[in-house]
Amino acid sequence: MTDKTEGGDVRLSGISKHYGTFTAVHPLDLTVPQGSFFALLGASGCGKTTTLRMIAGLEEPSTGTVHLGDREVTHLPPYKRPVNTVFQSYALFPHLSIFENIAFGLRRRGIKSVKKQVEEMLELVQLGQFAQRKPHQLSGGQQQRVAVARALINHPQVLLLDEPLGALDLKLRRQMQLELKRIQTEVGITFVHVTHDQEEAMTMADTVAVMNGGRVEQLGAPAELYENPRTTFVANFLGTSNLIEASVESAGSDVVVSASGTTLRLPATRCSTTPRAGGKLLVGVRPEKVSLVPAEEENAIAAGRNKITGRIAASSFIGVSTQFVVDSPVCAELEVYVQNIERDARLVPGAEVVLHWNPEHTFGLDAAQDMEAGIETVEESA
Amino acid sequence: MRTPLTWLRRNLVVIAGLGTLAYMILPNVVVTVFSFNNPSGRFNYAWQEFSLDAWKDPCGVADMCGSLGLSLQIALWSTLAATALGTAIAFALVRYRFRARGAVNSLIFLPMAMPEIVMAASLLALFLNMGIQLGFWTILIAHIMFCLSFVVAAVKARVLSMDPRLEEAARDLYAGPVQTFLRVTLPIAAPGIAAGALLSFALSFDDFIITNFNSGNTVTFPMFVWGSAQRGTPVQINVIGTAMFVIAVLVVLAGQMVGNRRKKAQPK
Amino acid sequence: MTATAAPPQAPAPAGPPVHKPSVRKRLVPYWLLLPGILWLLVFFVLPMVYQASTSVQTGSLEEGFEVTWHFRTYWDALTEYLPQFLRSLLYAGTATALCLLLGYPLAYLIAFKAGRWRGLLLVLVIAPFFTSFLIRTLAWKTILADGGPVVGALNAVGFLDVTSWLGMTEGDRVLATPLAVVCGLTYNFLPFMILPLYSSLERIDTRLHEAAGDLYARPATVFRKVTFPLSMPGVVSGTLLTFIPASGDYVNAELLGSTDTRMIGNVIQSQYLRILDYPTAAALSFILMAIVLIMVTIYIRRAGTEDLV
Repeated sequence: MTDKTEGGDVRLSGISKHYGTFTAVHPLDLTVPQGSFFALLGASGCGKTTTLRMIAGLEEPSTGTVHLGDREVTHLPPYKRPVNTVFQSYALFPHLSIFENIAFGLRRRGIKSVKKQVEEMLELVQLGQFAQRKPHQLSGGQQQRVAVARALINHPQVLLLDEPLGALDLKLRRQMQLELKRIQTEVGITFVHVTHDQEEAMTMADTVAVMNGGRVEQLGAPAELYENPRTTFVANFLGTSNLIEASVESAGSDVVVSASGTTLRLPATRCSTTPRAGGKLLVGVRPEKVSLVPAEEENAIAAGRNKITGRIAASSFIGVSTQFVVDSPVCAELEVYVQNIERDARLVPGAEVVLHWNPEHTFGLDAAQDMEAGIETVEESA
Repeated sequence: MRTPLTWLRRNLVVIAGLGTLAYMILPNVVVTVFSFNNPSGRFNYAWQEFSLDAWKDPCGVADMCGSLGLSLQIALWSTLAATALGTAIAFALVRYRFRARGAVNSLIFLPMAMPEIVMAASLLALFLNMGIQLGFWTILIAHIMFCLSFVVAAVKARVLSMDPRLEEAARDLYAGPVQTFLRVTLPIAAPGIAAGALLSFALSFDDFIITNFNSGNTVTFPMFVWGSAQRGTPVQINVIGTAMFVIAVLVVLAGQMVGNRRKKAQPK
Repeated sequence: MTATAAPPQAPAPAGPPVHKPSVRKRLVPYWLLLPGILWLLVFFVLPMVYQASTSVQTGSLEEGFEVTWHFRTYWDALTEYLPQFLRSLLYAGTATALCLLLGYPLAYLIAFKAGRWRGLLLVLVIAPFFTSFLIRTLAWKTILADGGPVVGALNAVGFLDVTSWLGMTEGDRVLATPLAVVCGLTYNFLPFMILPLYSSLERIDTRLHEAAGDLYARPATVFRKVTFPLSMPGVVSGTLLTFIPASGDYVNAELLGSTDTRMIGNVIQSQYLRILDYPTAAALSFILMAIVLIMVTIYIRRAGTEDLV
């Protein structure tokens, strides 16, 4: 089925999907390079699963084309595509044994002697002794591995994973993330992974496409997305961001902004829009980049750092770090994560404090966006 | 304090429930006991003396076993037809979006929400007006008609609870439409189809009212019993009734036992 | 990076053509529906039309019938057979109430208290189905026979005094009285009440009982406030499955009753099959259908459960 000598890129050109008047996916161009681990990340209803299903052939795109390598597959039914899917909640055939589930694809393609291949596959996912069981006799994690094995045995050009870990508990999920990553490295097949869990996407994928409202908001390596979000949605959906609405004082290679009398700086290269003096800018900083000192130690802060004064509203101790919420005239509810190296007994709710951070760690976003985008929609990851 | 009264109050549900069960089983007991009767007159309503005559010669009454065979034949054919037609409708209703869904749903529901006699009478009106000879075929047509809705309801319930992703998974794993249906859809929907078929068989085999109107001179087993209630009830009727009861209970119990054993055999 | 997101505002003007699902695919559901729906149209709907036309015909068997739009048949039929209509509704209603009263404890017992006996009890509820209901109904002739032990016992505890005061029995007899007919109807349709009740009771999470008990509800209150409301779907479909067939039944009235207990089903049956007055018979069965449909609709509306099928 697979011909690895051909270019195995998945190429989507202008594909979109409408259901009546509702647009699930806006026209979208996307290329997934062969052999990569690609994640489509977004909240439920953002179009990520629809995009995946269009690659699988389970949904016909309203417009546009899908290419696998040089071959156009837009109108091929799923059973004629060299693409296999690991379904959400697995969709294992309840009436067939684990062995027959895994052999299903081979048998449909008319392969007679499947025993050896299936046994090898069972070994790969470490389920050798379960071959004759029925799916409902396995645990969630085992079922998940069967679903992966059932798809991989066909050596697809692309493996599609639709929230494959969504039904597992947190600990098992972490374990399966590493397992999937191992399998992907071992077999070298392109993985396209749909998830709403930003941590999962960042842990596993080489490239992440963040989707929102049927569009790709931003696409890149996990670290790049995290450090340089280009929209408020990405800033809020991936991790947490403190966003401060500020007006631009001057815009050179260093941008100077002010908010409620406090002056902040950031490099122009870290702005996703071109700031103009007199205009507005959303200034952002990640909570773990910020340091926190009691107000009386303000003088000890090195020159050139961005500083904000405020008062601790709440603090919660979570082991590796302490998370503070600081109220400040500049911005209500600034979040700060402080590593628990030496705990300062003065940092308690009600204390006056100064927040400071390296201007290099500041990013600027277009102020014409919803500051709250991506916050409410984040689902619990547990 | 445990007085008889509190005991009674605690077990009221059990006592009432078992009382109802007794009420439901009593006629079967009577049918069984009177299959060993040797009645004095034509009617087998009063106990005379113990006899095995009827059991030794179950087909000793003219036409009875013939009518039984006819009923089985009609039940078999109407089950086959109603199951095939009803399963197709159930799949269309669950798996596809189309115009007139509401109308189709109502059309399926109406035969179940109507006194049987209304359908029986209107079918007779059709056959009379069209000048169709009443008999085997009119009975079969009528039975397929009223069994159809029950099959749709049974299969629909099963298909509704079936994960549509299973079929997608089959298609994703190189099974074409026919293969997907044969290898995945049909095996998973089978219990619902079987339930619908069993119900059809029971309904058709035991149907009286619609058959009464549309059978002409053809005599099914319920028609035979009805007629004998006027002319005289042979003991053999009770023999057949008892045998049917025993066979049914044994089959169901065996089925349950197999099911239980299978459940126990599954390690987890 | 080889990937780019399309500019969001691009509406793909002269872009790729819009794909539509093929005509063949869209016709699939209609092909699936066709045979069964055709069957129902020809043998369920069309007969109704024929019956409607029959009901407004006049004539006689010898001269043939003709459509004369004689709607008076309806009025005449209704007034002439009003007692039988009322009797049918009364008997069917009483039998339905009795089925609910008798069936609920048994359904409850099977759902919550039966433990490992559950399977056996369910079999015993269903098993009578497999013996022809006519044979079983005839057995009631033996059970309720004059001077038999059952009638004797009912007489001894004064039950027959109560029923004869209610007008349901006469003297020492049960057979050939309204009580016998109602008893037969109740017996015949009990499984249709118990099975839906059981299936809706069985779905109730028993922890709800515990939660209600934890929140200071006494057992009777738990039943009234939690169990019974949650079993409403079963109550509604059970009463419908009992009342609808019972209202059109004529078997019990014929086998266990007398000429004084004739129900509307008996009238329709004899008009169609013996007297051969087709217009009156057709009108009667339409009136019965209308009454049942109206009552069922009102009942479903008031019970608030419309998803019965």
